[in-house]
Amino acid sequence: MAKPFDIRRQTGFNAIAMACFVLLYLPIILLVIYSFNAGSSIAIWEGFSWRWYVSAWQNDQVQSATVRSLVLASCAAIFSTACAVPAALATTRQGSFKGHTFVFALINQPLMVPEIVTAVALLIVFAAVKVATGYTGFGYLILAHTAFCLPFAYMPIRARLQGMNLSLEQAGADLYGTPWRVFRHVTLPQLWPGILAGAMLAFVTSLDDVVITEFVKSAGQDTLPTYMLGQMRRVVTPEVNAISSALLAISVVMVMAFFFLSKTRK
Amino acid sequence: MIEIGGVTKVYGGRGPTFTALDNVSVTIRDNEFFTLLGPSGCGKTTLLRVIAGFVDPTSGTVALDGQDLLQLPPYKRPVNTVFQSYALFPHMTVAENIGFGLKMLDRPAAEVKRTVDEMLALVRMTEMAGRKTSEISGGQQQRVALARALAPRPKVLLLDEPLSALDFKLRKEMQIELKRLQSETGITFIFVTHDQEEALTMSDRIAVMRAGSIRQIGGPRDIYDHPAERFVADFIGDTNFLDATLLSVDGTAARVKLASGAETTVRAPAEGAKAGPVTLAVRPEHATLGNADGALLAGKLANIIYFGTDTHFHVDLDGGGSFVLRQQNQPDQKSGRSTGDRVGVSFPAGVGQVLRD
Repeated sequence: MAKPFDIRRQTGFNAIAMACFVLLYLPIILLVIYSFNAGSSIAIWEGFSWRWYVSAWQNDQVQSATVRSLVLASCAAIFSTACAVPAALATTRQGSFKGHTFVFALINQPLMVPEIVTAVALLIVFAAVKVATGYTGFGYLILAHTAFCLPFAYMPIRARLQGMNLSLEQAGADLYGTPWRVFRHVTLPQLWPGILAGAMLAFVTSLDDVVITEFVKSAGQDTLPTYMLGQMRRVVTPEVNAISSALLAISVVMVMAFFFLSKTRK
Repeated sequence: MIEIGGVTKVYGGRGPTFTALDNVSVTIRDNEFFTLLGPSGCGKTTLLRVIAGFVDPTSGTVALDGQDLLQLPPYKRPVNTVFQSYALFPHMTVAENIGFGLKMLDRPAAEVKRTVDEMLALVRMTEMAGRKTSEISGGQQQRVALARALAPRPKVLLLDEPLSALDFKLRKEMQIELKRLQSETGITFIFVTHDQEEALTMSDRIAVMRAGSIRQIGGPRDIYDHPAERFVADFIGDTNFLDATLLSVDGTAARVKLASGAETTVRAPAEGAKAGPVTLAVRPEHATLGNADGALLAGKLANIIYFGTDTHFHVDLDGGGSFVLRQQNQPDQKSGRSTGDRVGVSFPAGVGQVLRD
């Protein structure tokens, strides 16, 4: 008898799978290994050392870029999540309304429009605003990041809301809860895992953005990724490896924290 | 007292529409255990949701003690619902669930605690107060849902098929429990079910619904013994339908001539009885099996089925049609009849109901 289709039994499946894993993770492993290189090459191993971590830590430019990146990612995560919660509520709890699909597409626009297009568009608009107001501060970056992080914050929140039983909110209303109090006491406590996931996703998305940041930033507003890009144009040292490894560690910790949170909440 | 007047609910604006409720009018008295009974899709749950405030009717009125309910949002209506899925709050304990309504009404903490304790005792869940709702069984969740809806002392409790998720034995227990709670609290219960037996055992009055309208309202005995129309007779219990000719009507008594030629007196429909061909409904246990001579109907015994508590006799009537009788069994006693015997079917005067349609 013919067996049902089993992808694992197809010729070459193992080879392809291995190739995918190697391509995905070998470069990252190499990156981490060479961040501990004692020499100043990113290709020739000269012994173990913390030297590039120390060097990155003591680098004023890295320090200020790190602070800027973290502040920017935090602001983008908070603001985009704050917008995503009402957006998700409106698109899941109001029944279907006219233009429902259109609004949905609009919220997710940053996922579909090529990033470079958004970047150029923001550059043009912000340039006009800069000329008109004379303001050249950090606000542009926060605005831009909030905008493109929105769908990343929105998606997990919406998924969580759709998974929630609507009759719980009806029960809340039935038991004399006003709409606000039902949201506060019934919806929100169950929405937290979604909100946390959305905020973390937005944070990570903002943290590694290069294209939009590169176009929108003013002079002296380098984030970690744009600083690294700038370094690569000159001389490449394992310092870049060290910074990348640190970023990697942060994202791994965040993913693990999220896993842990979502498990205990259930 | 709840007065429902001409409530209609039509779904779908453009394109095909669906009438979930079609001009429903009913008055439900205080302290009544009132049941909405009907097959799925008959509109019984929609009517319940109209009263609760989750569905806005297309037209009609709903008043509770003279107050127009339709003007109020769900959270201002003095009615509480026991949901089919229970809808307990998973992030709260049993006690927090029960106290939720009172908390939303901003009652003082001491009063909330006292009432929650009372309710826990009422549904016998005191030991479970600190448990999460995911840590208790289905039957216990059911009781918490009841206690939660009863805690704010609503004027009316709406129950949406609350027993359908329970197994048979638990369902029987909860039927008795519900009846006890209703008489102890004195709250009006409006109970939705598709289970005719549940409706008969628990209700003061039953409204039988079909395709968005109420077909008959009455006490369980009324509905069972004197169904108004074929659908009601068919939906509740088993029934034999006989073709007959209506000769005359005198109040509630009707003189009919059966297909066999025999004449007897049966119950007339409440209104609109006209001489001519009618359908007669006779319950299987209301008729008796006897000899063909002198019986109202005669025929051949086609089948005898033993059911433990009773025995069913299937009779093929002379001139077509069949009739099912049901007789209570006595210990170690056979009916003395066998398949193929020629038998007669009789029922006393006044038994049998002329149907409306």
